[in-house]
Amino acid sequence: MASIPPEFKVSIDSARCRKCGICVNNCSFGALEFGDDRVIPDDSKCVACYRCVSKCPDNAITITNYQWANRGNANWTPETTSNIQKQAEFGGILLSGMGNPRPHKIIWDHLLIDACQVTNPSIDPLREPMELRTYLGKKPDNLEFVENKEGEIELATELQPQVKLDVPVVFAAMSYGAVSLNAHKALAMAAKKSGTLMNTGEGGLHEDLYQYSDNIMVQVASGRFGVHNEYLNTCSMIEIKIGQGAKPGIGGHLPGEKVGEEISKTRMIPSGTDVLSPAPHHDIYSIEDLSQLIYALKEATNYEKPVGVKISAVHNVAAIASGVVRAGADVLTIDGYRGGSGASPMVIRDNVGIPIELALATVDQRLRDEGIRNRASILCAGSIRSSADIAKAVALGADAVVIGTAALIAMGCSVCQRCYTGNCAWGIATQKPELVKRLDPETAAQKLTNLLSGWSFELKEILGSLGVNSIESLRGNRERLRGYELDEKTLELLGIKSAGVGQ
Amino acid sequence: MKSSCYIPSGCSISAMMSESGKRIDGRAITKSIALMHDRSNGLGGGFAAYGIYPRYAEQYAFHMMFNSFEAKGVFENYLKDHFYIVHDEEIPTRPGAVYEEDTSGINIEYGMNPITESPVLWRYFVDVPGNRTQFVSESEYVFEKVMEINSKIEGAFVASSGKNMGIFKGLGYPEDIAAFYNLDEYKAYIWTAHGRFPTNTPGWWGGAHPFGLLDWSIVHNGEISSYGINKRYLEPFGYRMELKTDTEVVAYMFDLLVRRHNIPIKTAISALSAPFWKNIDKMPERERKIITAIRQVYGSALLNGPYSIVLGHSRGIVGFNDRIKLRPMTCARKDNMLYMSSEESAIREIEPNPDTVWSPKAGTPVIGELYEEVE
Amino acid sequence: MVKRIDCKNLYYRHLNKIIQDEAESGETEFILDNLNGQRYLGTGINKAVNITVNGTPGSDCAVFMNGPTLTINGNAQDMIANTMNMGKITVHGNVGDVVGYGMRGGKLFIKGDVGYRAGIHMKEYKSQIPVIISGGTARDFLGEYMAGGIFILLGIGSDSEIITGDYLGTGMHGGVIYIRGDVENDTLGKEVKKLDIDEEDRRILRQYLTEYSQDFGFDVDEIMSKSFIKLLPLSSRPYENLYVY
Ligand code: SF4
Ligand code: SF4
Repeated sequence: MASIPPEFKVSIDSARCRKCGICVNNCSFGALEFGDDRVIPDDSKCVACYRCVSKCPDNAITITNYQWANRGNANWTPETTSNIQKQAEFGGILLSGMGNPRPHKIIWDHLLIDACQVTNPSIDPLREPMELRTYLGKKPDNLEFVENKEGEIELATELQPQVKLDVPVVFAAMSYGAVSLNAHKALAMAAKKSGTLMNTGEGGLHEDLYQYSDNIMVQVASGRFGVHNEYLNTCSMIEIKIGQGAKPGIGGHLPGEKVGEEISKTRMIPSGTDVLSPAPHHDIYSIEDLSQLIYALKEATNYEKPVGVKISAVHNVAAIASGVVRAGADVLTIDGYRGGSGASPMVIRDNVGIPIELALATVDQRLRDEGIRNRASILCAGSIRSSADIAKAVALGADAVVIGTAALIAMGCSVCQRCYTGNCAWGIATQKPELVKRLDPETAAQKLTNLLSGWSFELKEILGSLGVNSIESLRGNRERLRGYELDEKTLELLGIKSAGVGQ
Repeated sequence: MKSSCYIPSGCSISAMMSESGKRIDGRAITKSIALMHDRSNGLGGGFAAYGIYPRYAEQYAFHMMFNSFEAKGVFENYLKDHFYIVHDEEIPTRPGAVYEEDTSGINIEYGMNPITESPVLWRYFVDVPGNRTQFVSESEYVFEKVMEINSKIEGAFVASSGKNMGIFKGLGYPEDIAAFYNLDEYKAYIWTAHGRFPTNTPGWWGGAHPFGLLDWSIVHNGEISSYGINKRYLEPFGYRMELKTDTEVVAYMFDLLVRRHNIPIKTAISALSAPFWKNIDKMPERERKIITAIRQVYGSALLNGPYSIVLGHSRGIVGFNDRIKLRPMTCARKDNMLYMSSEESAIREIEPNPDTVWSPKAGTPVIGELYEEVE
Repeated sequence: MVKRIDCKNLYYRHLNKIIQDEAESGETEFILDNLNGQRYLGTGINKAVNITVNGTPGSDCAVFMNGPTLTINGNAQDMIANTMNMGKITVHGNVGDVVGYGMRGGKLFIKGDVGYRAGIHMKEYKSQIPVIISGGTARDFLGEYMAGGIFILLGIGSDSEIITGDYLGTGMHGGVIYIRGDVENDTLGKEVKKLDIDEEDRRILRQYLTEYSQDFGFDVDEIMSKSFIKLLPLSSRPYENLYVY
């Protein structure tokens, strides 16, 4: 292993350091040690999580990228080389955490939003009403009314169950197991405060969270962990997980060392065993089987809850989405290839799938072409980073977006990409009690709430500048988007005009 | 109008055969597929029937779909140039027809789905002129013409082209398609049926199953993940994939391997649903040599992905699954009858007391063969 | 009182609703005649009712089932006892593929054969241990990804010595599979080992097989007179060394 140079370099400024030892205690990766009356860093262990930097009272720590002498080889980069060396050393699959980090073009950043000038008025969001409320669920094509005995009109159509969101942002599926119980609690509390949903992921729901049932989406994945009657009924909607953007076509795997007593109870499996969720649901090998599972879940919950389906954005996503909607899904979540993950084989994460922007645009268009867009709400996932991304996603056709990584960052995550190690220095992606307690659920919930409230303000500003006062008027309104530095084909697929083109 | 996008689909299938050649009307097969209504979504249903044209048993029966009467005219000129037309007529249909029998498979409250619109549907019974088959066999000649019609004549599509058989299909639930085509008035010794759950609107009738070529017909449940290479493998042999559905490649694959390469059906299936190397290595010498060669030569013909398939041809039916059995199939026998279906209940709906019921092993075909002549 | 329902031409949703409503108002015994192909039988009833089925239930029979006892006089299709939590099913016939998928509790007793991927992903938690017994043979991928529970395969009346298919227990990391007779070593998944049974196993087998034999009129001593083997996972961490960081 000596041949693999470290990624980062930790320098301690001894002139500033008061030798309090805080950093040593805080490093959950074992990169800092006391010796010779000074702090000695082991560069090879540092993951640049910045826990020590943020805790050091003297600002004495600096983390830099370990500088490889530039051999000028753009093909055999340090990363490629060290990956080969790691595999040569150990065999096996390269694993990583978080989403695709590669410098691919991000389409969101090439979409520009319109604003009103002169010919139509913009609206002042601070003083005028501005609506973000969104309902997830199947909508009928039309409503029917009857006249009652008194000659008044009454609604004859019985609407399918709908879930109300006060902000068009829900928290992504992150299982208890992949993240800590405190993280799950924070997400649930914030969802309640902000009027949205947290998603349990596939690891069941801890009893402490049952009280948040109105703000919970429970997930049913191939492993069926913790899926029982109570679970299915302690939520406002159910999601069947088919795929995840970070690893389309690949299952999940929670290593046994993360499976302690509480997780074992929640997932209903013995402690210490590997938790395997293979890629396919073994009762879904075809589209009509998906329909069968959707209706099985509805049957088990008395048709009271919307049932959604999450798929990853793959080449044929539009046709698949159409099939999923026709199979009876009330909500469709599409997860793009930059979506996050607690652990994903690097080769899949970085090479499989398509950008969410293209997937969303083509799915929305396909469902409209087929006249079935009303039958399901669309949730757009896979690296939503800001309110601007949300506005653009909504304009391309999403009903709401899903945030995973952004929510973790709000709670303190520094995107060190080491979630799979179970050593998360911020108490998020870990089950070690001493680390978990670093995350205070109340504080983290407040931060999440603040983030959503900030984004809501910004969204309202955007709506106001567009001269509309409800998110519905932006939803699918691609006329208010323009593309910049995008090629013809991409513009065509996005269904938008180039910047510079007027009406 | 031919859809330009690839259409994955799920489905239900059902098939029945009288191995003694007794001809049965279309009510039973309709009842069977109707029970599995919820496995399809109204975007395609169809039937293949063998033995339905005893009067024209020696002629190739072309079941045609036309976009317009103009396309029909162009097609008829073509047909006259290449064949003797012994007889032709409109395929009788009942627009607005809907399946009305009671079944536990359908929720009536959802409303009926009558079939009101259709392309122009016509059938032609034709002979191949003797002087055209000096250098190619008759079947090869018909094959070439079918490919040419489907790819070159705008708005014309050959739904089936075998002798004494026909494919009846369209947009709708299969049981309604049966009512539309009056299938209770046809008698066949083999019936196969298909209810489709495509993942988009195909928008045209030719995309429904069964898919047929000469006397082959295929009904298929599942998806063929290897479609891309199967298609590219077939193209140089003159096959044109006009439908963009994976089912089409299955029919062509049988045509290529069995009719043109003369491989016995069972062996052909060991190319399409090939045994794993692990099992091949354990086979006795002779068999191992054959299957190894098959996999070496016909690697591109391997159908990979989840599927169950029923192949129909004039002498019988063959049902088989993918290599790891990812799609369901149940078979049953009663006297001289052989049944195959996605669900056992669909068989019991028409034969409550079968002699035997079993589900075939992955990759092991179930074969029904005519052992008497058709009545 | 016994509620007898003629299921002929009754759509599954109507049928299940009738049963749910009747169970809600206190009915505990149901006999379903002429059942054929209706899905999700026994689902959504969180009560210990008894349901006797004369016919062939449709797919996903007893999916998420939580309490009822089903007696099926006939065969059952694919995916019976999917993610079942509590209750008991006896099938006086064969069942299809993917039976007991993710089953976490209760009993599934089958007189005849099971298809592909039986017992896939079964799991257990503490005293909640699902049990599947098949009196016949099994196809490939028996006990795939099995994480807990007990699967017993008997091969009664099978003319072949080998009653299992290929890829036995592949991905298995919990639970136990008992097989009457023996298995071929090269059909074992990489993640399992074959062992002789011990006294404790015999006790467990006798306990469940006694109940099973009563249900189907077999002789438990005769069943137990033949030798058994058991399959256990090599590790509860089968993929520990699959990844590098
Ligand atoms: S791993 Fe984190 S805490 Fe440890 S030295 Fe590196 S940056 Fe500091
Ligand atoms: S969750 Fe924790 S381990 Fe994962 S990237 Fe964020 S800080 Fe690192």
